[in-house]
Amino acid sequence: MPTETVKSLLTPGTHYMSGNEAVAEGALAAGCDFYAGYPITPSSEIMEHMARRLPELGRRFAQMEDEIASVCAVIGASWAGARAMTATSGPGFSLMMEALGYAAFTETPMVIVDVQRAGPCTGQATRVGAGDVMQAKWGSHGDYQPVALSPWSAQEMYDMGGEAFNLAERYRVPVIVLAEEAVGHLYERIDVPPSTRVVRRERDPGAAPFGTKEPDGVPPMPAFGDGALLLVTGSTHDPRGFRRTEDPDVHRRLVERLSRKILARRSEICRTEAHLLEDAEAAFVAYGFTARSALEAVRQLRAQGRRVGLLRLQTLWPFPREAVADLGRRVCRILVPEMNLGQVEGEVRKAAGCPVATYHQVDGQVIHPDALVSWALEVT
Amino acid sequence: MKPVFVRPQSLTDKPFHFCPGCHHGVIHRLVAEAIDRFGVRERTIAAASVGCSVFLYDYFDIDVVESPHGRAPAVATGIKRTNPDKFVFIYQGDGDLAAIGTAEIIHAANRGENLTVVFVNNTVYGMTGGQMAPTTLLGQPTTTSPYGREFGQDGYPIKMTEMLAQLEGVGFAARVAVDTPARLAQARKAVFRAFETQLEEKGMGFVEILSSCPTNWGMKPLEAVRRIEREMIPYFPLGVYKERKGSDAL
Ligand SMILES: Cc1ncc(C[n+]2csc(CCOP(=O)(O)OP(=O)(O)O)c2C)c(N)n1
Repeated sequence: MPTETVKSLLTPGTHYMSGNEAVAEGALAAGCDFYAGYPITPSSEIMEHMARRLPELGRRFAQMEDEIASVCAVIGASWAGARAMTATSGPGFSLMMEALGYAAFTETPMVIVDVQRAGPCTGQATRVGAGDVMQAKWGSHGDYQPVALSPWSAQEMYDMGGEAFNLAERYRVPVIVLAEEAVGHLYERIDVPPSTRVVRRERDPGAAPFGTKEPDGVPPMPAFGDGALLLVTGSTHDPRGFRRTEDPDVHRRLVERLSRKILARRSEICRTEAHLLEDAEAAFVAYGFTARSALEAVRQLRAQGRRVGLLRLQTLWPFPREAVADLGRRVCRILVPEMNLGQVEGEVRKAAGCPVATYHQVDGQVIHPDALVSWALEVT
Repeated sequence: MKPVFVRPQSLTDKPFHFCPGCHHGVIHRLVAEAIDRFGVRERTIAAASVGCSVFLYDYFDIDVVESPHGRAPAVATGIKRTNPDKFVFIYQGDGDLAAIGTAEIIHAANRGENLTVVFVNNTVYGMTGGQMAPTTLLGQPTTTSPYGREFGQDGYPIKMTEMLAQLEGVGFAARVAVDTPARLAQARKAVFRAFETQLEEKGMGFVEILSSCPTNWGMKPLEAVRRIEREMIPYFPLGVYKERKGSDAL
């Protein structure tokens, strides 16, 4: 894939901003030039930031009538050649599900930032939750494999805002930044690097835009107007894009390739971070804001002489199965704290091969490190 | 002593939480007066929207459903068709009704649902912190139109009453304001007519009420009231846009 290094938009060095502003700036730095959205707490600051910044940069912004229109505008912009994104929270994310499947099936690169709040339904609009993890994976009907990232800091909101676009372009897949209210509204220091790596779309207008010889390939993507005589359809299509709505082989090949192109690349997509795992006998597996609490709990437990570590999941989908399996071979017990009633825990159990204990909190508040310390002392 | 001003029976005694100068409270009162006037309190069901009116149940002594954002006309359709003898009103903000819920209001109107609609137009998304609404006036800065609404970028403020008045299923459509005592009296009349439209089974009774939002307009309450006359009424002309008369029932 053509990759280039572009100068950062913000002055390199230290900045102080919220996670929501950071994810917008990270996306802009990586070339995001189209935003369409609909306001919703606790993600609205992303849209508000984009409303100011995109026109300033001579790029495009559109406020749409709802989230369905927002994500569809993003799909249209992407096929017209833009690096396009939207941001939302639970109720809006739910409305985007049909189009998320459309994007996966048409292999449309795009970025959705979901700043999770306490669901289900309208739930607690201003409070935190992590209840959309399974929805990000399974929310649209049929089999498909999105990519979902889980940031734990304002810095990572910035970094993942850019990285999400690179993953989306590289694998022609919708990428979801599964942020949480507590990260979106977290004000902290971020370091802006002098430059940002940008993966450009591979354009080969003569090539088949919807199929590859390999069963797990990623086809090059033309844009409208490139001369590719492009047809983009949410119905089953052959490698050239023509509708094949009754051909069993075309359907099977397409559905299988769309899954395989992601699953076969798990090792290059999935990122995890190890904290104090070298000598650990037990380990937290945590993601998002909860991983901050888990890391603090690890430090406190270590101060009490407990050999505990943390495996932080930065990628949630595809699930970093290998890293968890590897951890399961090294520790006696894995501890999974989540701000939901157990969504990642099942994936951990499938991969771990060692006893797994779980901690669920759905009161609209972040999990306190003290709670994790007492729980860990109880179960290890 | 003869009381000259009393709380309508349909309003609870809970103090309004609305920001100083917000018109939601005044409009709540008008609706409560109408419920009392037609004696329908025991059979009234409200479908509230997601927005500042989400607190409606606190202030009305009636059953309330808080619909998903924009969908009150659809939820109300289910209620009214199941229970045609109930009185069902919808109370929606301009983001709720004129953005995300455009399809639902147009189709409920077009189906001629016997529903009363109170549509509060304050030219912003109030509850979520002052983003642009479909009704935001040209030039008006909001958090998502920081340079002021500009038609090339954001389109024109939408005139829902004029649009809906075109539909056969609408029995009554009017736009009113509550910024002066005289207009308040007109507004009361319009709300009453929108109630009667449902009671007479003449299709949808629709009232758009121009409302202030001092907090998100960045104005003091008095300035905000003045803005209604100075900026809103010239673009959103007041008046009755449709009235189906006596015998020509739907
Ligand atoms: C599907 C969905 N998208 C977005 C929201 C966030 N939201 C809640 S209220 C609202 C707008 C409210 O504005 P308006 O309807 O004008 O009513 P007001 O608060 O001004 O009275 C929005 C966008 C939501 N609850 N659900």
